[in-house]
Amino acid sequence: MNFSEIFMIVPNPVVSGIIWFVVLVAIMYFARTPAHLAIVSFCRVIHNAMRLSAHAVMRAEKRLNERNREVLLAQGREAAERIIEREFDRVDATVRRDLAEYPALHRQLSEEITEIDDDYKNSTEVPPEPPAWVKAVEAVAKIPGKDPMVASILEDIHSSMVKANTQAIEEYRKSSHKRHEHLKSMMPHWRKVKSILGQVDKSVNSLITRSQTIDRHMEEYESIVRKSDRAVRMLSSSSLTQFFIATFVLVIAIGGALINFNLIARPMAEMVGGTSRIMGFQINNIAAMVIILVELAMGLFLMETLRITRLFPVIGALNDKIRIRLVWTFFSILFFLACVEAGLAFMREILMQDAAATRAILRGGDQGDSIVLENSHIWITTAAQMGMGFVLPFALMFVAIPLETFVHSLRTVVGVAGVGFLRAMAWLLRLIGNIMRFISTSIVQVYDLIIFAPLWIERTIKHKTGKEDNVDRASVF
Amino acid sequence: MKHKLGHLIIAAAFILSACSGGETGPYNQGVYMLVDTSGTYTKELDQAQRIINFTLAKLNPGDTFAVARVDTGSFSEKDIVYKQSFDDRPSMTNQQKRKFRDSIDKFIKTAKPSSYTDITGGILQAIEYLNEANTGKKTILIFSDLKEELRKGFIRDIPLQLNGYRVVAVNVTKLRSDNVDPREYLDRLENWQTKVESGGGTWKVINDLERLDPIFD
Repeated sequence: MNFSEIFMIVPNPVVSGIIWFVVLVAIMYFARTPAHLAIVSFCRVIHNAMRLSAHAVMRAEKRLNERNREVLLAQGREAAERIIEREFDRVDATVRRDLAEYPALHRQLSEEITEIDDDYKNSTEVPPEPPAWVKAVEAVAKIPGKDPMVASILEDIHSSMVKANTQAIEEYRKSSHKRHEHLKSMMPHWRKVKSILGQVDKSVNSLITRSQTIDRHMEEYESIVRKSDRAVRMLSSSSLTQFFIATFVLVIAIGGALINFNLIARPMAEMVGGTSRIMGFQINNIAAMVIILVELAMGLFLMETLRITRLFPVIGALNDKIRIRLVWTFFSILFFLACVEAGLAFMREILMQDAAATRAILRGGDQGDSIVLENSHIWITTAAQMGMGFVLPFALMFVAIPLETFVHSLRTVVGVAGVGFLRAMAWLLRLIGNIMRFISTSIVQVYDLIIFAPLWIERTIKHKTGKEDNVDRASVF
Repeated sequence: MKHKLGHLIIAAAFILSACSGGETGPYNQGVYMLVDTSGTYTKELDQAQRIINFTLAKLNPGDTFAVARVDTGSFSEKDIVYKQSFDDRPSMTNQQKRKFRDSIDKFIKTAKPSSYTDITGGILQAIEYLNEANTGKKTILIFSDLKEELRKGFIRDIPLQLNGYRVVAVNVTKLRSDNVDPREYLDRLENWQTKVESGGGTWKVINDLERLDPIFD
């Protein structure tokens, strides 16, 4: 019995439809009160469920937000500690390099000052002593009269005085020259002192600059330790920026890895065969990919042992002797793999030439070998391929740096995205809950609209009999 | 602890065995080419050489290729002119291709016309060979005018089992009688198509030797 058989009560479909409508309206009229109650209670259940779900989601969002904040602050604290540690290392290096020589510098400075002091003393001007016989000249000059004897004595005294004066001037000039010589010899000492003081000034200024940088980082660190909102905002923004930059660099690195893959996948077929497959992938492709991944792993470990990255705490915690040994081990493996890649790149070129020659023979006779050999510039591409094969493993080594940044910033980005998703979810749940709350009224109204005819008749009868009641409204609303 | 170690050893052994003896069957390609040497069709052998060289250029390491003549009784290994399953290594494959090409050159120069044309026998031989080779894709190339002429007593009214096979007729030349009544040519093609498709295979005709790429589509 199909739908049309049930529907067609009488042969005419319109009449059948009207009969069905009347029956349905009658059923709906008699079931009106329980139907209204069912609609309203169903919508209320949905509304409450959505409200509770939204509440739960918001709680989860709050927890996730707090967790994000903690993680962000912890990461920020660690990064700030690393930066401050590095700055202190630099200060330490400066102090060791410059100020360790300070006693020697001080001694040198003292010696120079002593030299200058000696020169200064030597250059002091000694006033010439007045001649002792000046008083005798005064006494002779007081003798009265015009005695020729006196005149002669005075003449002699005059000539002696002129002579003595000339000698005194000569000696004074000599002593002045000596003093000037002493002052001249002070010049290099002054310059040396100036240079030494300049060095000291440079070192001290460098320390002051470093200390200012440390102060700035310390302020940031204190802000992080205080768990201030500003620090969280700053770290979050910085983390997002780092995430996008690291992603960009990683995409470039993936491009490099793909080029590397294409360089070695084909010649790998010579080593492991070109037809076997694992899970649908050619085994030579898998082998090439494994080599590249091993190179990446070695690069990561090398960067880790060099303490450039800090992805593996175990490696970072190793003592320096073992760490240095590991550096050489990883470098040797990487170097070996780079040599293997260069060899494979060379092999690739040979294979390509061989394939081209075979194709040429199959296409046009016996000139295949000569066609290929005629290309005398082929060594350029061969050398370029070998160079790329050798360099790319070392270039890929530096992927460790953006990878570390990516891993660290990914946590923040995922956290932020998770918070956003939970907020959207809560909003959607609230929206659905509120829609269900108000939709119950609409459904009830539509229900009553369908059965408006019996309701109208009921109201008319009640109005005529004067039995107005409000049972319906009271029962439902 | 021992239990875990055992699991690790089993897993490692499984990975190593997978690496050493990976699956080759489903991905390689097998091509069997039937070359009609009957009557005046021997004059067309230069074209056959072109198709063989094209096929050799298209095949990869691990693929299988065989060329067989179609003569009076073609259901025989003796009619296989040259066959080769190419090595895994590309360099070896190139050498094998050159050797293949040299052998075909010799055959083309020394081929003698046969009195009859047993195409069905050749197809049966091709099916047997490619089934043994267990290749992923199986293609039978028929270089012939498709006019079968059997010696008296030869029974070839046998249904062909061509499930998973592609049968490609190349360079199907028109006979003088076809020019008089083209329906003969069209009927011949239709008969072969019906025969192949009823056996579960797919049928294709390529007459333009400048566009042979559809052979491997």
